[in-house]
Amino acid sequence: MDIKQIASLANLQLSPEQEQLFSSQLTDTLKNISIINELDTQNVIPTSQVTGLENITRPDVIDRTRVLNQEQAISQARRSHRGYIVVPSVI
Amino acid sequence: MKLNQLSISEAKIGLKNKQFSSQELVEACLQQISRYNSKFNVFLKMNDQALKEAEKSDISRPFGGIPIAVKDNFLTLGLTTTASADLLSGYRPQYESTVTARLKSAGAIIIGKTNMDAWAHGSSTETSDFGPTLNPWDATRLPGGSSGGSAAAVAADMCLGAIGSETAGSIRQPASWCSVTGFKPTYGRTSRYGVIAMASSTDSPGPMTKTVADSALMLSVIAGQDPFDATSSPEPVLDYVKNMKTLTKRKFAIGFPKEYLEVLEPEIKPLIIAAIEKLEALGHSVKETSLIHPKYSIGVYTILQRSEVSSNLARFDGIRFGKDRTAFGQEAKRRIMLGTYTLSVGLYDQYYRKAQQVRTLIINDFNRAFSQFDLIINPPTPGPALKIGATRNQPMFGELQDILAEPSSIAGLPGISLPCGFVNGLPVGFGLIAPQFHEPDILAVSHAFQQTTDYHLQKPIL
Repeated sequence: MDIKQIASLANLQLSPEQEQLFSSQLTDTLKNISIINELDTQNVIPTSQVTGLENITRPDVIDRTRVLNQEQAISQARRSHRGYIVVPSVI
Repeated sequence: MKLNQLSISEAKIGLKNKQFSSQELVEACLQQISRYNSKFNVFLKMNDQALKEAEKSDISRPFGGIPIAVKDNFLTLGLTTTASADLLSGYRPQYESTVTARLKSAGAIIIGKTNMDAWAHGSSTETSDFGPTLNPWDATRLPGGSSGGSAAAVAADMCLGAIGSETAGSIRQPASWCSVTGFKPTYGRTSRYGVIAMASSTDSPGPMTKTVADSALMLSVIAGQDPFDATSSPEPVLDYVKNMKTLTKRKFAIGFPKEYLEVLEPEIKPLIIAAIEKLEALGHSVKETSLIHPKYSIGVYTILQRSEVSSNLARFDGIRFGKDRTAFGQEAKRRIMLGTYTLSVGLYDQYYRKAQQVRTLIINDFNRAFSQFDLIINPPTPGPALKIGATRNQPMFGELQDILAEPSSIAGLPGISLPCGFVNGLPVGFGLIAPQFHEPDILAVSHAFQQTTDYHLQKPIL
């Protein structure tokens, strides 16, 4: 397992100690969970939604009662400027 | 009896008969909290408007004037919500979760937010970024988790009832370790809207109360389809109190899986067997049965949970709310790492898809068992509360502790944990599960059990 690569995919910064610790712990955990390979699942359909709901939709109408105003929307952002959220440069 | 020691049902009667006021109820809970919160670390944030709300409360409503505690992963408008994670320190939600909105509109007074495992990642409340909650029955032990604060708040009479949430064991296991009644509804019976997400395919909000009747009362308020949660169920909501009472006389066919008995620690087995004998004495038929061994559920649950965690926690980027990703604690990072791995290109089929297939096998296995039985006996935990520090260097602590809660959670079934006795002064929980949306059957049998036992009435010496 390439710990550095996974950390980068997960957008996490790990200390060298954490890299080492997670590397051994995750390997152990993967070994433990491989127990499910004892069960034959050939032709078994996977279940992602346990109550069987499908294609739940709603009318495409804006519910004004739940729309946050601009002040509310940015109220929890660490950095804002003139009613906008400041984000790190991505270029 | 002090007012904070009342059950919700008792308090409703007292309020109606004008024996006391909602302010007095809230005041009694706040006094208990101010006496014991520093010792047990149960509440993270108090609602400083609680007494004012009590003054204005309309006791004709189903929860009018009743003080309740809420786990800190439910968004409460304007009241700091962190899921016990430092990353969300000081976060003041701009909207309300559906569960708390329903409780508030039913008249409940939310007195404060309870401690939990950070992001609900654990079964101990020891991974909270704000320190562990201690077990009211023994302050050297864990309350369980992740809803450990809510369980301890009910056990220590700091509120009349509480809201918890369960992904696999997070209501039933702390209920068991703290000697309270914990009810996990069918997946989709209660809305996940406004609950800080952990594993979206299993998360289920539910009541943690002093009695089964109180759980039925609370479920009647919080259950129901929610247009804001597409996975909430359109199944009609019942009057759970009425249904519970109507069904109390019915005799049920109950199965006891031998694989579950195998997992129990020897010291609690006699208590579970005594509880089964009590059900037989109440006229139910209990027969041994067999299910897929719960050890397979550990693997399924670990994969599903870590995968869904890695996806759900991707939104915490420190831009719209909270601190940046360096503020994640060690447990959250470990879980995100594993989930990112199991969902990564080339490995998805081997892990996530395989786990979803085994989930189908587990569901089919339950369907087979429920063609013979109305209910299945499911003790929520293998043993009583463990010592503080038990989670150290145990990256799968929760998964191993929740071995008995995982199969039913993976299948989305409703389940309960009920006090059934003590070993060496530590509470032990008994449990039942049912087919999806058969909440009334569990409540009826459990209510009858509490009518003839007094384990749920015993109080810890704080």
